[in-house]
Parts: sequence; structure tokens; C-alpha cells
Amino acid sequence: MPMGAIWVPLVLTLKVALWATAINLVLGIGVAFGLSRWRSHAREVVDSILTLPLVLPPTVLGYYLLVLLGRRGVFGEWLDRLGIHLVFTWMGAVIASTLVAFPLVQKAARAAFEAVDPQFEDAARVLGLGGVAVFFRVSLPLAMRGITAGALMAFARAMGEFGATLMIAGNLPGRTQTLSVAIYAAVQAGDDRSAGIMVLVTSATCVLALLLAGWLAPDHLRRTRP
Amino acid sequence: MSIDVSIRKTLRADDRCFDLDVAFASDHRRIVLFGHSGAGKSLTLRAMAGLLAPDAGHVRVDGRTLFDATTRVDLPARDRGVAYVFQDYALFPHLTVAQNIGFALDRGWFNPGRRSHDGRVRRWIDTFELGAVADSYPARISGGQRQRVALARALVAEPRLVLLDEPFAALDPALRGRMRTELRALQSRLDLQMLVITHDPADVEALDGHTIELRDGRVA
Repeated sequence: MPMGAIWVPLVLTLKVALWATAINLVLGIGVAFGLSRWRSHAREVVDSILTLPLVLPPTVLGYYLLVLLGRRGVFGEWLDRLGIHLVFTWMGAVIASTLVAFPLVQKAARAAFEAVDPQFEDAARVLGLGGVAVFFRVSLPLAMRGITAGALMAFARAMGEFGATLMIAGNLPGRTQTLSVAIYAAVQAGDDRSAGIMVLVTSATCVLALLLAGWLAPDHLRRTRP
Repeated sequence: MSIDVSIRKTLRADDRCFDLDVAFASDHRRIVLFGHSGAGKSLTLRAMAGLLAPDAGHVRVDGRTLFDATTRVDLPARDRGVAYVFQDYALFPHLTVAQNIGFALDRGWFNPGRRSHDGRVRRWIDTFELGAVADSYPARISGGQRQRVALARALVAEPRLVLLDEPFAALDPALRGRMRTELRALQSRLDLQMLVITHDPADVEALDGHTIELRDGRVA
């Protein structure tokens, strides 16, 4: 197979997965920190709803996205007037991957924030820091190890996203055809050699991401208690 | 009176209930709150530092009102000018000794880098002979060094009052005696206003201050 046949979907897949991970880091950290500090019975209900993407079939998620973002969708019409088209574009693939991988970041981040000894935050407040500074200087760095692990899981998940991506972004070679979609297309076309190579590349990238998860965080963060 | 405290707080957890009703005043430079665990010492300290909101009462330090339920004054912890040394020191594990000590000097949103040392940090590092471990992380230093770092971190911003929660409990017995002497000497050298809580009669004797005994949430 020509190099371009694997290179193009690989670059697109990495672009989509990196964007989805970046968006999920911001959203996941924000939501997880909010939930970890929120004292209400509604908290677990919200948490369950936010976990739905983990258990719902990706095709169902893709369908929801079409209903919401499609040209005649709830937000789609409004976005269309702004000149933003998400269906059948790589940005649609980013949204699909973001949605599917979101619970992985959120759950890991929430567990990490809840594991931070509140005494460190108390100490920072007594030392004169306001809420935002306590978050960026104490809570976030102490939770970073867990968040990083979650983000790498989310990256690996976004790399392999198939169902929701196919529903909203389609299968347009060179534009929205990510590796997992390209593999499906190759198998359908009887091109087992291309499919095999792309399967190996996807597997290797995901293994690498998971290995990184254990390696990235510095040693001294392994202990959060003095 | 330099310290004037009157705190009432009812705490409920499941079916248990604890009533804290503590009042004391003193102008001694060393106040010792003595009592068994569960007597309400830590709660009193937390209320003074602004980490726990009392239901009623007031907290005044050097004539400055930090909390008063009747006039609805409740300064946030960061504005009280009160330092707090936690029982297990609560040194930030992700920051070096020097970064820990200088923590209160920069109140921005992000931690200053490892290389930016304030002159005041240098001075406390020298005072407590922490030069050799200034760039180490708290997990890698000894118990005595940890206590000195916690003290330096509390004192660097020149607080009006230093609250110490069982400052010697985390130390092994041999070190405890030495650190008692060290703290006592530091207090008189800097004329620190401090309030120590302890369950250990040996601490009470060594600190030789105005001792107030707490029992079941009340001054005995």
C-alpha cells in the first residue's frame, strides 16, 4: 500500500485524538473539581449522567450528536448560521471522540481531587492564598498524576473511536476517515494487508500512550502525604 | 488582652453530637491549650485560624477582631495574619523545602520556580540550618527538619500569632526534647505570640506558659 494511505488517516487520527484530549482536560478537570467539592445529593445523579458515554453504544451517542448538531438539529441550525459545520468534518470527529472519552478524564480527575488531603488546601489558605491560587498551586498539582493517567486513557480511547465518529463525521478519505474507520473500510474492500498495517499502528500508538501514563508523573508526586 | 477567644460550635456527624463552648483570654506570649484528644483543642485552633466557622462568639488578636458572630465579622483565613503549624506539618509534597518556606511570600496564581529565592527565605533557611536540604522534597528530609520547615513556612510572613497543633507529636521521643528547647528559645528570641495545643504534660512543663485545660469541649 502507498505510504499516504496510512499516513493521512494516522495524522488525522492523532489530530482528532489530541484535540479531544485537550478539550477533555479542561472540561474534565473543571467538572471533576466542581463535583468533588459539591455537597449535595444531586451529585451522584449528575455523575451518573456524565458517565453515560462510557456505557451507551457509540452509535447511540452519534445519533444524539446528529440530532443536536445536524443541519436541522437543535443547535445545528444555529451553528449553521454562524458558518460552523460539524457534520462530515474533522471537527465533528473531535466532538464524537471528546464525548466518548470524557468520562475517563472526569472520573480519574474526580478520584484524584478527592484523594488530595484537604489539610494541604487549608495550609495554603492560612498562608494567605485565595481560592483560585489554592487550586492552581496545591489542588491541581497534587491531583496531576491521576489526571494525567486519565488523560492518556482518554487519548487512547479517542484514537480508537469508531461508532460515534462514523455517525457524525462519516467516512470521507483524507477528510474524516480516521484509522479505525479506514480499517473498517479496508476490510470491507478486502484489502487485508492495509487493514493489518493500520491495526498494528493503532495498537502500537495506544500501547505507547498507556505506557506513558505510568512514566510521565514525577517520582515525588507518588506520595501526597508528608 | 492580646488573645480573646469565645467560641461556640455544635458539630453533628451521623447520630453523634459534640458541643464546643470555649472561652479564654490571655496576654501571655505563650499560651498552652492542654487536654486529651477529643477535648476540642484542634477545633478551637481551626476556628481561630478561620478554617471552621463558629456558631457564636468572637476571636480577637491584639485588639483586632477576626471573628464576631454578633457584628457578622468573619475574616477569611488568608486575611487573619494567623499562622498555623499542622500536627503532621502539611508540607506541600510537590514543592521543595525552599519553595515551601517561601509559599506565603508570593500570592499569585502559580507557584514560583524552584530557583527564585526571596532573601527572607534564605534567612529562614540559615536560621534553621536547612541549607543542605533547601532543594529537597519534604518526603526526603528527616522529622526534625520537617518541623523546622513547617515553622519557617509559618513565620516567613511575620504573623501576629502562631498556632501550633501538637508540634512534637510526630517526632520520635529523643528528638522531641531537643525540639521543645528549640521552639522555646525561638519564641523568646523573636518574642513570638504563640498558642500551642498538646495532650502531653511534658510539653506543658517545657513551654512554661499560660496553660488552659480543655475537657469535653469546655475550659476545665
